[in-house]
Amino acid sequence: MSLLESARFALAGVAANKLRSVLTTLGILIGIAAVIVLLAVGAGTSNAIKAQIGKLGTNVLTVSRSTSVGGRAGAGTAVSGTRTRSTNLTLDDEKALTDPVLAPDVARTAPIVQAQGVTGTYNNATHSVASFLGTTAPYFTISNSTVAAGSLFTDADQQGAAPVAVIGATVASDLFGASTASAVGQTIQLNGQNFTVSGVLTAKGSSGLNDPDDIVVVPLSTAQSKFTGYAPTLASITVQAASADVMNQAQNELQMILDARHGVDATNRDYQIRNQAQILTTATNTTQTLTILLGAVAAISLLVGGIGVMNIMLVTVTERTREIGIRKAIGASRGSIVAQFLIESLIISVIGGVAGIVIGFAGSAFPVLGVQPEVQPWTVWLSLAVSAVIGLVFGVYPANKAAKLRPIDALRYE
Amino acid sequence: MAAVIELTNVSKVYGRGEAEVRALDGVSIGIERGDFVAIIGASGSGKSTMMNIIGCLDAPTSGGYFLDGIRTADLDEYQQAQIRNRKIGFVFQNFNLISRTKAADNVAMPLAYAGVGRQERHTRALAMLDAVGLASRADHKPSQLSGGQQQRVAIARALVTNPVLLLADEPTGALDSRSSDEILDLFERLHAAGRTIVMITHEMDVAERAGRVVRMQDGRIISDVRQRPLRVPALAAAQ
Repeated sequence: MSLLESARFALAGVAANKLRSVLTTLGILIGIAAVIVLLAVGAGTSNAIKAQIGKLGTNVLTVSRSTSVGGRAGAGTAVSGTRTRSTNLTLDDEKALTDPVLAPDVARTAPIVQAQGVTGTYNNATHSVASFLGTTAPYFTISNSTVAAGSLFTDADQQGAAPVAVIGATVASDLFGASTASAVGQTIQLNGQNFTVSGVLTAKGSSGLNDPDDIVVVPLSTAQSKFTGYAPTLASITVQAASADVMNQAQNELQMILDARHGVDATNRDYQIRNQAQILTTATNTTQTLTILLGAVAAISLLVGGIGVMNIMLVTVTERTREIGIRKAIGASRGSIVAQFLIESLIISVIGGVAGIVIGFAGSAFPVLGVQPEVQPWTVWLSLAVSAVIGLVFGVYPANKAAKLRPIDALRYE
Repeated sequence: MAAVIELTNVSKVYGRGEAEVRALDGVSIGIERGDFVAIIGASGSGKSTMMNIIGCLDAPTSGGYFLDGIRTADLDEYQQAQIRNRKIGFVFQNFNLISRTKAADNVAMPLAYAGVGRQERHTRALAMLDAVGLASRADHKPSQLSGGQQQRVAIARALVTNPVLLLADEPTGALDSRSSDEILDLFERLHAAGRTIVMITHEMDVAERAGRVVRMQDGRIISDVRQRPLRVPALAAAQ
């Protein structure tokens, strides 16, 4: 008795009760589809966050004034009065960070000043700018920003405090409508002061939390002359490490330089450094936890489906007790009875698995909560394997039960 | 002349102590190749138990049973299945066909368990259906056949592996008298062609068609009468 023959008998068994087979299959189908879709949502979320962070600049460290421990207020009271120097971040700090000897792993830096509540106006259109920055040209490299139209501002603009602005896609579309490229060369008012738009940034796309395209960037000197004043205080310094591998070394170098310049140490730093890699790791961990949770929920539904298969197989065996008796009387061995029923449960669960994969792909085509699910190829193979294993595991008991029936008892069964 | 069936002092005991039932009590019988034997007895006489033991569906509590020279007690489960497949053809009172399967596939089923290829299975099944006069019903399901036709399909299934023994348990019990006669005529033809047939019945007029009548009561053989001389047909000798 070959496996092929057993498979033929099993297929006839599945076909004998089509509605029941289909309904049982549904249990596995839903479980597998849920696994695929939910893992795809998890992967989609994770990739969206990674892509978002990637767009904001890679290998980026941000130095900003500390808002918690050892801030300006703390420095005056807790620390002895000898240290009375200003602990603000300054342009001098920024220049010191590019020292090729002390900071070999720092590729470039950009000072940043910010102004709040800036409103842009063009003709009758107004737009409240979420993020208004004054900085220098390296900022664009560090933040991975390119222009979709026009050009970035130059060092000459920076030195001459030229009234030029590079605007984000959201600002451009709010002020100039759909054809954002037409903004280039136009004069807009920022808080009533005239600026010439030199370029429109390529859209980075919203992450849903904040809009990185709602931005206006002007030369540092211009921002200082028109908005923030010439005080040497910077909001932050953006630093790009030489590569992703040397992020931690770069961070150590920054701390060494700034600790020396500010006369502080690890216990009373008046600045903090945010590491893009750490943010990425945190985000990845969070989404991984999310993915595991989603997967666990789906796995439970798969388990329920498996129990459904076992239940139906037990019913089938009981229902076909007589048939089993007949088969044994005409020469079926235990092995061939086990094979027949095991293959039957395997067929049900694998058909459910394949259909579940199809439904899973279809379901993953639609965005869930603003995230485009991404089906992971390994989940497809895993699903196939899992559905086969379910068929085997939950089929073994009923198949054995069938095979162990004594032919005379089975033949007498009514 | 080798005996197809050789039972020596076979007993079958169910239960223990007070509840002990001796379904078979020291039965010894030999059945020759080519014989047509009817085993007759009231219900509870032990005839069904004997049939189960002869058919390798049940094992005796004590005593020896040789089927075609093979000591069945020495066989494991798989070998017993093979014995049922190759050496014995069963015919049951209620036909025991698989209802969702066509007549031809029912007949071919033992060959599947014997490992015969699909094409040959089909050819042999059709030939066997033709032999029982049902070639035109090959594609019918059992529910589309009359009782007599179903029993003929069952006989075709029993014979398709060319077994040494056809074992029939009340083969006419569920049939009207006309169908019964058809089946018994078929048995006689098979017997004439050299088949060894053991038939269990409780009806005397059915038993009278056999060449030898074994009467049982309370687990014992109480009479063993040969009604017609044992023929040694050419086909049996050729086997």
